Amino acid sequence: MSGPPAERRAAITGIGQSAVGRRLGRTDLDLTLEACLEAVADAGLSRDDIDGLATYPGAGLGTGGFAGPGTPEVQDALRLRLNWHDGGAEGPGQMRAVIAACFAIAAGAARHVLVYRTVSESTAQGEGGRQGIGGSGGGGSVPRFSGFLQWSLPFGAVSAVNWIALVGQRRVHEFGLTREQLAQVALNGRRNAALNPKAIYREPMGLDDYLAARMISSPLCLYDCDAPCDGSTALVVSDANYAPDSPRPSCHVNAVGTALRGRPSWDQFDDMTSMAARDAAASMWERTELRPADVDIVQLYDGFSILAMVWLEALGFCGRGESGPFVEGGTRIALDGELPLNTAGGQLSAGRLHGFGLLHEACLQLRGDGGARQVQGRHEVAAVANGGGPIAGSLLLTRGPG
Amino acid sequence: MFANGPAIRLLPRLDVDNRFFWTGGADGILRFLRCRSCRQFIHPPVPRCPACLSDRLAPEPVSGRATVHSFTVNYQAWIPGSDPYVIGLVAIDEQPDVRLMTNLVDCEPDDTLVGRAVEVVFEQSDDVFLPLFRPVSTLPDDPGTRSGR
Repeated sequence: MSGPPAERRAAITGIGQSAVGRRLGRTDLDLTLEACLEAVADAGLSRDDIDGLATYPGAGLGTGGFAGPGTPEVQDALRLRLNWHDGGAEGPGQMRAVIAACFAIAAGAARHVLVYRTVSESTAQGEGGRQGIGGSGGGGSVPRFSGFLQWSLPFGAVSAVNWIALVGQRRVHEFGLTREQLAQVALNGRRNAALNPKAIYREPMGLDDYLAARMISSPLCLYDCDAPCDGSTALVVSDANYAPDSPRPSCHVNAVGTALRGRPSWDQFDDMTSMAARDAAASMWERTELRPADVDIVQLYDGFSILAMVWLEALGFCGRGESGPFVEGGTRIALDGELPLNTAGGQLSAGRLHGFGLLHEACLQLRGDGGARQVQGRHEVAAVANGGGPIAGSLLLTRGPG
Repeated sequence: MFANGPAIRLLPRLDVDNRFFWTGGADGILRFLRCRSCRQFIHPPVPRCPACLSDRLAPEPVSGRATVHSFTVNYQAWIPGSDPYVIGLVAIDEQPDVRLMTNLVDCEPDDTLVGRAVEVVFEQSDDVFLPLFRPVSTLPDDPGTRSGR
């Protein structure tokens, strides 16, 4: 690579987050506008300054409450005049929207990109009941399936938890992963969530509670699965030249992790213990002179607890297969540990804001705005990772320009 | 003991690419697409060999033997009426980078299951023959214990 990577021309200059909760009963556009307006104001801008808009995954994808509003809906609601806009699901995980914004800025296609991710899965599930699959009964023929789903649904592997459980059990086999080790991700999240007023689950949880929870898909139990919620997170990704003029400290984008070198498949990926996290993380370190030892804080995707452990290894904070011993006892990943993990509670306890909650928290911590849960040690560099299975993206953020 | 699978089998939509795979079990034989040029097995089926890009591909029988790469016991009743069942991920003997999700049957899903040798048994559901796998038995083979075999 000649010269610094393109993403160094981008910085997160504003952050915003709507109310977060269960069954808020508000529309996803309402939540989105709350988060977006907060982020724009936080960046010291007005909506007239916003000339780019991006989201993941775009309107209409997935089950109820998953997608949030698409960019046309948000653009129109805010009457934005855009030079660049982008919404979609294929790419380096949820992070694709942020990464695309960085590249748009580096390419000169936009100067201030508003990026958001909205979920209303809790309200959607409340309205529709938690629907089982294929059990509608009463006549109507059961649909048939193509693509990847034809290889998993016939065998009752109907949920991402089943697919990720295969990763977990493979790790039990190869690395001797124990439930007590896996529990540490969930217990750490719950401890930190107690200090986060917006978190979904804040009451104390101990190892016994974890071990007594019902199994969902072994070795993953209820507390290994994140908590559906309603909420929206927004960021303003700006040309880094604007950072000195922004009223709040900016978080500079040091490197992005985008690679997918193995097969893009839940069941055919060569290394089932890591999957795509391995590639995204490797490509991120290829784009920076920083090293894992330089990272102060990590916000790692915990849609399922095991994924945070996969990311710890993929990003090089410990060796392959060593995340179990690494998290053992929980002290190393605690708020006052050597590598604080998921400081707002992660998705397991703070709610499934689908990666963007982690991104928001990384920025808060780098700014020193973490309040009761602010990391007291050095907080100059944060790694953020999104996704699981064949879907992965990562981001390295620094408090000052890289 | 665990169920052989969910209470309702959600089935594949058969098309020109996958029909041989999902209906091949009618004669008790597991088949994969194979490249006639470089002899790679190809899964899922696609129109060209991803290894050498040849379009000279045809389904070929395999032994039906495989090794358990991973598994999970599903307890959540995503499909109403389902009892816990074992989802397996198996690597076929002929080419271990070809894997299938499946149900592991007639087995105890403990930590020793990964690495176990298994063999295919088909379960018919409508016009589809689902390849399930059971531990390779040391007993004489008893064909016909399952529908479609």
